[in-house]
Amino acid sequence: MAVQLTEKHREYWRKNLAVTAVLMVIWFVFTFVQGWFARELNQITFFGWPLSFYLSAQGSLIVYVLIIWYYARYMNRLDHEYGVAEEEEK
Amino acid sequence: MNQTAAFSQRAFNQALKKYYGIYTGGFLAFIVLLAIAEQIGMSRRAIGLAFLFATIGLYAMIGILSRTAEVAEYYVAGRRVPAFFNGMATAADWMSAASFIAMAGTLFLSGYDGLAFIMGWTGGYVLVAVFLAPYLRKFGQFTIPDFLGARYGGNLVRTLGVISAILVSFVYVVAQIYGVGLITSRFTGLEFGIGVFVGLAGILVCSFLGGMRAVTWTQVAQYIILIIAYLIPVIWLGVKHTSNPIPHLSYGYVMQKLAEVEKKIAADPKEAEVRKLAKARSDAAAEALKNPEKAYADGKAALEKRLADLRAANAPAAEIEAAEKALAAYPPNVEEAKKRWTADRGLAPHAAALRPHAEAFPGANEEARDVARRNFLGIVLCMMFGTAALPHILMRYYTTPSVREARKSVFWTLFFICLLYWSAPTLAVLAKYDVYSNIVGLKHADIPGWLAAWRAVDPDLIRFVDINGDGVLQLAEMRIGGDLIVLMTPELAGLPYVVSGLVAAGGLAAALSTADGLLLTIANALSHDVYYKMIDPHASTKRRVTVAKTLLLLVALLAAWVTSYKPGHILFLVGAAFSLAMSAFFPALVLGVFWKRANKWGAAAGIVAGLGVCIYYMVTTYPWLREVFGITKPVAEYMWFKMQPISAGVFGMPVGFITMIVVSLLTPKPEQEVQDFVESVRYPQLAGAIDTRGT
Repeated sequence: MAVQLTEKHREYWRKNLAVTAVLMVIWFVFTFVQGWFARELNQITFFGWPLSFYLSAQGSLIVYVLIIWYYARYMNRLDHEYGVAEEEEK
Repeated sequence: MNQTAAFSQRAFNQALKKYYGIYTGGFLAFIVLLAIAEQIGMSRRAIGLAFLFATIGLYAMIGILSRTAEVAEYYVAGRRVPAFFNGMATAADWMSAASFIAMAGTLFLSGYDGLAFIMGWTGGYVLVAVFLAPYLRKFGQFTIPDFLGARYGGNLVRTLGVISAILVSFVYVVAQIYGVGLITSRFTGLEFGIGVFVGLAGILVCSFLGGMRAVTWTQVAQYIILIIAYLIPVIWLGVKHTSNPIPHLSYGYVMQKLAEVEKKIAADPKEAEVRKLAKARSDAAAEALKNPEKAYADGKAALEKRLADLRAANAPAAEIEAAEKALAAYPPNVEEAKKRWTADRGLAPHAAALRPHAEAFPGANEEARDVARRNFLGIVLCMMFGTAALPHILMRYYTTPSVREARKSVFWTLFFICLLYWSAPTLAVLAKYDVYSNIVGLKHADIPGWLAAWRAVDPDLIRFVDINGDGVLQLAEMRIGGDLIVLMTPELAGLPYVVSGLVAAGGLAAALSTADGLLLTIANALSHDVYYKMIDPHASTKRRVTVAKTLLLLVALLAAWVTSYKPGHILFLVGAAFSLAMSAFFPALVLGVFWKRANKWGAAAGIVAGLGVCIYYMVTTYPWLREVFGITKPVAEYMWFKMQPISAGVFGMPVGFITMIVVSLLTPKPEQEVQDFVESVRYPQLAGAIDTRGT
């Protein structure tokens, strides 16, 4: 029984890929870009912290948590919108 | 599913919240009781033992209550663990003795550069959330090799998956049991070997009777203990230095004060003197040790000559007396002298200059700083992708009731992990400020007793030598072992010993929970993937569970046996596990979902090539492995871009990806069935799709 994918299904997957890509860019910036420029960013003071120190110790972690929170919310809504949500969950 | 199932899931969730609420209250009451007992006069050792046996007893009780003989319960806790609780369990599964005990110490010692682990061990969950957890949950089987087997067909890729999972998990579990032995022996005075077996018992009571079901519910309990144990001292120290019970928000200002103190210490001529003396003594000792017989004879002759010269010149009596004393103090034989020189050579680290805590990538010149930066980012990368490829973490996402819950569960996981990971850099800064401003500069005779007591527990934890003989403790005269920071924080904050016992219980919980998850991963790869899927696919469910339990026992005993040899280089091996995991698993797992064209041959070649490159790089660049494999050519010839061996995954994973893509394209595309399989894991619910869920 082959899977019959409708255009709607394909769009769901494309949206998933798009949100994944955007979130990965944010993840990359807060990890590797800020890490690369750590010496420069550390010249800036943020509530007492050197900026890159703050990000690596706390700020980027907050961003990671938010990324995952947003992804879960976005996808769980997308499931319903595109009719691919699991039925048993309430 | 129907209404009753949805209702019972909700009722289950409510019941869990109630039970764990009571449990947390009970545990806090237990701490208060012990605190009162301490005031009345309960001894430290008794407090240590009380914590040890009370917590292991608790885990045992949960383990026994969760015993099961059902396959789905045993392997995936019945797939009804709510997102919130799976988050706690995964956090405990994830945070090992290294996170709990060693991480704040690493940050204390290496400042900014240590943050590579903070970012690496949290940012990896972003990858888990968007590339793996929901798809693995939809697939819904039991192990990670299961996914590889189903996606790529046949037993080839599954077998490679089993080998990689065992390789990665075994070194890691040995490190955890080692940690258990260390904590137990430090806090109760039991011998290391006995500590290992107490730990082993603690691990087995959690997992043996109930598999994943028991491990899940004990891990939740262990998370609660470890987070309470970590936060209490941090909050206390925070109140002391920032007058804020959440020092995480304001320790930036403590960092500024720390920078001031660092400047003062760096400018102190006494510190410079100590460093110079340490360098001179360690250099001289190293030189003497090259040819000890000659150095001994020369040294003695020089002293004798000086005495003779002084006498001949009729020098003042005081000078002659001093020279006589020096000669009398000279080691009586070469062996004695060697001992002294070895001790002196050990002073070399005292000559190291102070590095400002906040400075990123310190180095003598631009090139050295560049290499430091590259390695920092290399470690971040490896820890992240390694996190997203560790089988014992990924398999936890099989246990949620749905894809939806799996996504939410990654959020809770990272949130619970961050409660500790936000605290570790805070603790490092607060403790450093405290030590630099309150302990450095004391008279050697006034060093607090509790600090000296740690030295008696383990000389690697803390050392102080009055190198320049001025009676005052300079920073350069003190060597702190990374593990000490978390262990001493309660005393630094002026808390009673009961909190130290609590910290030990927390460390134990961290090590036990991780060891449980790892042992289960190894035993399940053997019992499910090898025994059930390859050897005897018709085995009854009862037999499958029995085999799984037997293998768990054997693997646990083997791991404890290896640990009892106290293998060195354990920290390197744990780091190495991340590089190995990302090289072996990440390409095959992610392309398995995101690229339909990926096929069996590509996956097999990718795993072998990725793992191969990773192992090759470690073997040729890590000193101990070079010795084991008899590699003698200079290490520089093997280094690529001057990357440290721990980050070998930086090369292994890209090679794995490229090999997998190239080989897949060169071989026929997978059958329709496989393509349907990929579609089925991409959509939480898809009409007409194949059902991959396991029973």
